[in-house]
Formats: sequence, structure tokens, C-alpha cells
Amino acid sequence: MPMRRWWDRAQALAGAPSLRGVGVCAEDWLQAARDVAAAGGRLLSLWGSGEPRDTESAAIYAAYLSDLGVLILQLPIERKTGDESGDYPGLEEIFPAASRLQRAAFDISGVRSSDPDRRPWLRHGKDYDFVRVDGEGVHEIAVGPVHAGTIEPGHFRFSVVGEKVLRLEERLGYTHKGVEQRFTELPILEAHRLAARVCGDSAVAYSWAYCQALEGISGCVIPARAAWLRAAFLELERVANHLGDLGALGNDAGFAFGLAQFSRLKEELLRAVSAALGQRYLLDAIVPGGTTVDLSPEAGRALANTVRKVCEEATELRAIYDEHSGVRDRFTGAGRLAPELAIRLGVLGLVGRASGQPLDARVDLPCAPYTELAVSKVVQSGGDVAARVAVRFEELAVSARLLERMLEGLPPGGHVENIEAPTDGTFGAGLIEGWRGPVLIALEAGPGGSIRRCHPHDSSWQGWPAIEHAIIGNIVADFPLINKSFNLAYSGVDL
Amino acid sequence: MLKTLRKIGSIGLVSEPAPAPDELLRLRRTLDARVTEVLGRALCIRHVDAGSCNGCELEIVALNNAFYNLEGCNIRFVASPRHADLLLVTGPVTANMEAALKRVYDAMPGPKLVVALGDCGCTGGIFGERGASRGRVANVIPVDVAVPGCPPNPARILQGLLTAISPGVATSER
Repeated sequence: MPMRRWWDRAQALAGAPSLRGVGVCAEDWLQAARDVAAAGGRLLSLWGSGEPRDTESAAIYAAYLSDLGVLILQLPIERKTGDESGDYPGLEEIFPAASRLQRAAFDISGVRSSDPDRRPWLRHGKDYDFVRVDGEGVHEIAVGPVHAGTIEPGHFRFSVVGEKVLRLEERLGYTHKGVEQRFTELPILEAHRLAARVCGDSAVAYSWAYCQALEGISGCVIPARAAWLRAAFLELERVANHLGDLGALGNDAGFAFGLAQFSRLKEELLRAVSAALGQRYLLDAIVPGGTTVDLSPEAGRALANTVRKVCEEATELRAIYDEHSGVRDRFTGAGRLAPELAIRLGVLGLVGRASGQPLDARVDLPCAPYTELAVSKVVQSGGDVAARVAVRFEELAVSARLLERMLEGLPPGGHVENIEAPTDGTFGAGLIEGWRGPVLIALEAGPGGSIRRCHPHDSSWQGWPAIEHAIIGNIVADFPLINKSFNLAYSGVDL
Repeated sequence: MLKTLRKIGSIGLVSEPAPAPDELLRLRRTLDARVTEVLGRALCIRHVDAGSCNGCELEIVALNNAFYNLEGCNIRFVASPRHADLLLVTGPVTANMEAALKRVYDAMPGPKLVVALGDCGCTGGIFGERGASRGRVANVIPVDVAVPGCPPNPARILQGLLTAISPGVATSER
């Protein structure tokens, strides 16, 4: 059955025409996955529902990204305790990114896939069975969870010969805080605050995706001004993070000048954001129904001026990076993720676009106000550190142009609308292209304004396995640079 | 190279000018004097993310930009706990990071200072204290100073560091 038939069988989710959901049986579950793969679709997310000991309400969900939109499948599960074949057929053969998602779903919800890899992912035990590489001269280097710099915790196990990396295996989950459980303890109209803190550097993307899901099932239509403000916040978040990354990447290539300049530009931007909106990072700027803050025309102009200046300087700095032989030498060819491999691994977002994958939810599945804006997709095919740097530079320019339009052309009207809690059992989803890639929030309302289930998904789930491939054959000393060029979320995937 | 030099020349020094009657600047001056008085050398900080959302980390990184110029205050981040005077901890402590955090703390030479950073480090924040989250840092290791904020801005972090090296805060031999 071609992909189209599944799409036609599914129902549009409330308030989200490009997102559809459908319940399936176990055979359909696998067939749908094959059909999606055959049609060039990607696995966007996979999660389970139900408490580990609860045998009635368990289900497994898969969200696919295709040309048609986002298709969410739900497979109800009868738990077969003690059965070696698992509770549902695993998708890891069709979509490699499913493997860790399935292991995480078991740790959180107790539903087991048929995947023979049953090592815990989020619930750490005492020992972890890393895959060992044997052979003459092979040795292991264990790094983390605590690293030398100010970065999030994770463990990396390198198998090397001399300086060359033969294999890398990641072990994440160190920042697992029980986010999905926590969602169910918060009122549905207040949990946007938690959504913003799933991954603090992408607070706007997460809180917007959450509010989008909630507003869809509550039947709340936000004012046009609120949508434009949210989009401006999202682009500001993108610019700030790209500036930070570009500086750190220069530094990791031994060019401290780059760090000094870009961190100065980032600080100038954050101060302008703070002056205009009252906060440096927009963790509490988006609320159900709209935004907490509005932007006066003067503040908008001042902010637009800073954005313009900062992005002009970034262009100037790009020429310096491009002409610096030492920087070019480190960037070019390092950590290459070939486009064919990016397709096979289903990589999304910025990392995907640097490996020739033209996916950007702002263009492919736009919500307001992106429906009215011409966002240019930035795509590079090199797949190396240089390509990921180039994508960031070019996206800065795109965001600067968008911000110019947004900050000075906000539609008039209010910036927040009243919203009521949705009815029990309604299911919604939100999809926002954050600076790393698409952020999906799936939300199911419970009784009395509670949350039955909320699953946040970061595209870093798809990116982490790609690093394990991109590092092969590189030297250990290039890992910090390669890792930074991906700059994936830890907290966002540890949940 | 010429472009690089021209860029450096055209930007000049962005470090906040010394005579400005600015809150932030006063803070930096006090901090520098205090560090020299207490330690007679740079204050060495080891940062551990014990489960943070990565928000506090953004502001810790910002401390090193030219505006806040942390190294200019005689404070630096070090890679090993063996070299650290002060442990800066972010996040609610997760069950999965508890052992690592304790090991870092134990690896530091005494006397040692601990600063819990951000609402999560101070109280467990929005993540609370149950299941996978052990809550505030003080639930796992002794804390001398707690700096609230979500995230605390760089000036507030500097203020917290100053408080930590003020007399009467801690530095008991642990």
C-alpha cells in the first residue's frame, strides 16, 4: 500500500492540517513504516504511553515526516510479559534512529520492542555493555560524563588505533530528569514553562510547539500579532545560537579570534533582546494563547538595527574564516557525513541540510506566519564541518532578512488570546523548526485540565547516531570540533 | 591576515571601561580584589552540569566573553577538579549524574567551595525532586552559596562567586 493510502486513512489533528493521526494494528505498523520509507519519508519520532505496570492503556506511537505532512501512527499494545519477541515489532531495520527511541520508550513506558538490543538507555544501571573492538593495537578511550569544558554531560567510548578512531559509541541519558512524567503532574495550561526547559537553548521552539499542540486541541486561534512575535523570537533564538556556535567552532579550530568576535556579537544581540523584551533568553515569552510580551515600534526598530549590524559583521567574519588557511584546513573534510548516509540515518534539521537534505519545516510544513514569508532553504552537500559552518553562516543571513520584515512589520492587534483547557482525551501535536531542526510535541489532554501524556522530540535523536559515523577515520583530537559542528542536545534527548 | 588585523583594530577593546559608575563594573573590581586577597592567585572553577537544561550553561559561557571578561577578574575555569577551588553546579541533580557529581566533589582538594547555580540547582526548580531527579544540589553535596535565576544572568553569577569568597561563607576543611 503506498504512503498516500495511509495518509488518506488518517484524520487531521485538531488545528493542525498538516499533521494527521491514525490507529493501526501490529501488521499495519510494520507495513506503514516500509511504505513511508519507500516514499522517501523519515522517522520523526517514536514514543510509548502507559505506566510500566499498567497493562491497559499502553500504546506505541511513531511520527513520520513526508512530503504530505506529519503522519502519526498509534499501535495499542497488549503487554506480553516475559515474551522474548517483545510487545510490538521494532522499526530499527527500516529506520536506524528507531533503536534508541525504542529503548527509551521501554525505560519510560515499559513497552518493549522486538529489537534484540535491550540495553537500558535512560535508566542507567551499574554497568553498560559497550561494543568492544578487538585487534592488534586497538585501545579504548573513555570520555565523560563530566567533560573538560562547560558542556552537557554524556559519555563517549572511542576505540582507536594510534590517533585514528575506529569506532565511537555514545552513552547518553545522564540528564534524564523524568520530563514526560513531570508533564503529567502539571496543569495543561501551565506546562509550557516545562516545555521551554526541556532544552533551554531551544526554549522558543519547544514552548511554541507545545502551545501549538495545546491551542489546536483547545480550539484557540492566536492573534496574528502573536504568531509574528513568536516567529521573531524563534529567529532571534536561531541567530543567538548560530553566533555562539560559530565562535566556538573557530576556537576549536585554534582561532581564538573567532570566539572573541562571535561571543561579543552574541552578547550584543542578547543585550538588545533583553532591552526590547525584558529577557536575554526567551524562556517565558510564549504562553498558551499568544505571548507574554509585546514589542513597541521603537523597541522593534532598535532590535532590528542590532540584528542587522550583528549579521553584517558576521558576514565580514565569514570572509576571515574562509581565508584563514589554518581554519580551512581544520574545517574541510573533518567529520564528513555523506548525503547517502544522511538519508539512510534519517538525519534532520541543520545537520541534514549540511549533508544535502533539503528539509526545513518553515518551508515544507509552514505554520503562520511562515506561510506568508519566503524562507530560503539553506542546503550544502559537503557534509563536513565546513558545510555545517556554511549552513550556519547562510542561515544567519536568512534569519536577519526575516527579522527585518518581522520586527518592523508586525500586524496590529493584541498579542494574547483567552484559552480554555481542552477536553479529556483529545490529542494534538505541534511542529516547529528550531535552530537545530524540527521539534515535535505530542500532547494528550487528561481530565480536569490535566495532561495524560506529553512527548517532546528533538531532532538530535537522529543526529547522535550520525556523529558515530562521521567520526570514523578522523583523529581523536578532532572530536571536539566535529561534535561542536553538530552541537546536538543532551537534555533535549535525555528527557 | 590583514583583514583579521583590521577587524581587531576596528573593534578595539570592548571590555567595560574602568571609570564608568556601572554596577557590573563595581562588581568585577570587587571580585578581582577579593580573589587576590583570599587566594593570592586566580580562583579556579570546575563546572559540572548535573542535569541542567543547558540554559545556565549559556550564561556561564557568556561570562568568558569580552564584556564580562571573567579571566580579567582573576577567575578561570579549569578542566580538572584537582585544580579547582570552587565547584559550580547546574541543574537538578539527576539520578544518573549523582555518582559523577560526588566523585568530582571528592576529587577536589580542600578547602573547597560549592556554588549551586540556577533555580534547579537551588531548589530542584520546575523538575522538582522525585524519581529520576534528586532535586537541589544540596541534597547530594554540601552547598555554600545558591544563586537563583532561570537562568541567572552573568552579573548575578559574578555576584554569587563574590559571595562565595566573602568571609564567613564557608571554606571549612572538608
